[in-house]
Amino acid sequence: MSRKNETIQKSSLWEDSWKQLRKNRAAIAGLIILIILIIASAAAPLLTPYSFEQQDLALGASPPSASHWLGTDVLGRDLFTRLLYGGRTSFLVGICATVVSLLIGVPYGAISGYVGGRTDSIMMRIVDILYTMPFTILVIILMVVFGRNILLMFAAIGAIQWLVMARIIRGQVLALRKQAFVEAAVAIGASHRRIIFKHIIPNVLGIIIVYTTLTIPRVMLMETFLSFLGLGIQPPMSSWGLLIRDGASVMESYPWLLISPAIVFSLTLFSMNFLGDGLRDALDPRFSKGKS
Amino acid sequence: MVKFIIRRFFELIPVLLIAISITFFMVRLAPGGPFTAEKSFSEEAIARLNEHYGLDKPILVQYGNYLLNVVKGDLGPSFQYPSRTVNEIISESFPVSLELGAWAMLFAIVVGLVSGIVASLRPNTIQDHVPMGIAMTGICMPSFVLGPILILVFGLWLGWFNASGWETASDRVLPVITLGAAYAAYIARLTRGSMLEVLPSDYIRTARAKGLSEKAVILRHTLKNALLPVVSFLGPATAGIITGSFVVETIFNIPGMGRMFVLGAFNRDYTLILGLVVFFALLVVVFNAFVDILLGLLNPKTRQHS
Repeated sequence: MSRKNETIQKSSLWEDSWKQLRKNRAAIAGLIILIILIIASAAAPLLTPYSFEQQDLALGASPPSASHWLGTDVLGRDLFTRLLYGGRTSFLVGICATVVSLLIGVPYGAISGYVGGRTDSIMMRIVDILYTMPFTILVIILMVVFGRNILLMFAAIGAIQWLVMARIIRGQVLALRKQAFVEAAVAIGASHRRIIFKHIIPNVLGIIIVYTTLTIPRVMLMETFLSFLGLGIQPPMSSWGLLIRDGASVMESYPWLLISPAIVFSLTLFSMNFLGDGLRDALDPRFSKGKS
Repeated sequence: MVKFIIRRFFELIPVLLIAISITFFMVRLAPGGPFTAEKSFSEEAIARLNEHYGLDKPILVQYGNYLLNVVKGDLGPSFQYPSRTVNEIISESFPVSLELGAWAMLFAIVVGLVSGIVASLRPNTIQDHVPMGIAMTGICMPSFVLGPILILVFGLWLGWFNASGWETASDRVLPVITLGAAYAAYIARLTRGSMLEVLPSDYIRTARAKGLSEKAVILRHTLKNALLPVVSFLGPATAGIITGSFVVETIFNIPGMGRMFVLGAFNRDYTLILGLVVFFALLVVVFNAFVDILLGLLNPKTRQHS
């Protein structure tokens, strides 16, 4: 049905999806907020005269004012600046770890679904077993044992998240492989490479995009969780988890140090989840509107 | 069914073995031994300590000994608290975490189910939007954001509860809400989704046509089938509640296993971490198996492949 149209007129799938996404006000609001936050984080040095580690001990923790829009922390560092730089860290971890999960999960799932048979059942059995492992705990140990290294963090978080990706891609590829147009391609003697790149990948691209947008907030949550426990990003570097941790430790006297990082982080998660849901409705035919 | 249960329990062994092995080798192959950080120890003392804890033997022998001890239920001594064994630490802190986790789970299930059902009965009205909006907020407010904010508002500003501690009954309220909120939200969304899927089916219409009361239709016929995704979520939810307890017990200063784990991680108390991981893995994996069996009982289809 709709899947046939997708391959015949590839461009119209994207146009249709965009049209449908535009109608979803929550998703568009999320998209706009995210774009603003990402640009602001990327352009941090242009937006603020302070550096993220510049201290002003004489100033100490001061409430929001004209020169420090969101106030300063206990060491006199500008909170607005630290929020922007923290955004850099959080988005960077979110995107990089998600790319790691894509690099492992997509080929793994695609091979499993494409080859099928025994290979498929063994590969999926491995995923099932790994899936039941308490991985968050292992990531914490990894961070403790090998030091709090940001690169390691990308790899470790990405290495957990690929499992879901692999399962979804495998399911899609398995279903696609039985479709008439793939059988037709096999019948006219197309090579495996051609079938994979010309027929399979364009059809799973939508799903990959949807689950990428849903994976990024999960990864960012993980980074923030680790930093909050003091096991992730280390000061003087800034991260949202670290700011929430610092804010929570002094919230009795200086509540503004907790409130603005908490709002910004929750807002980001909100936006990403709404955008992800919206994209799923628009790109994934299995999910209809109204379903969670 | 009995065969399914037995098979499911045999499948636990490789998962546990992998979890223990990964942790063991990660901890042992880490740069620097557990005593290198302590400058106060002399070379000789370190050698003696290593001998005492069996760290001078080849790593595979250590691994074999550790596995043997785990099977016997002995998780060894703690490096940080030399007078105490890991077993003692777990037996002191586990009841606290269990109490917190059980209340949080109960909170999540009751609040989640009720609001999910309420929302599904009138979809896309205010009765749907309000609980689902709150649920979305719950999902987007992780425990380390929600916890401090609850303390700030209800502990410090309004003064209704203590800001931290685990003594009185009222000390339980804020941590339980903090830990359970996100899962209540997920369960609410899952319940609503599957209720909406089941409600239009033929047998529900039949039940209505038979003249059953609305209550019976919803509770006895719809909910029973709509519960499946919720039950399968309980496995991941348990794992999440365990990791969530790291944050919640740290924020509220609760003497449970989660806080012990975080402290152990800070102090590089490798035997304590290793022992706790073995215990956590056992909890998660056994609970997952129970959930699978429960699903098998509810839905015969899942018994073949799982």
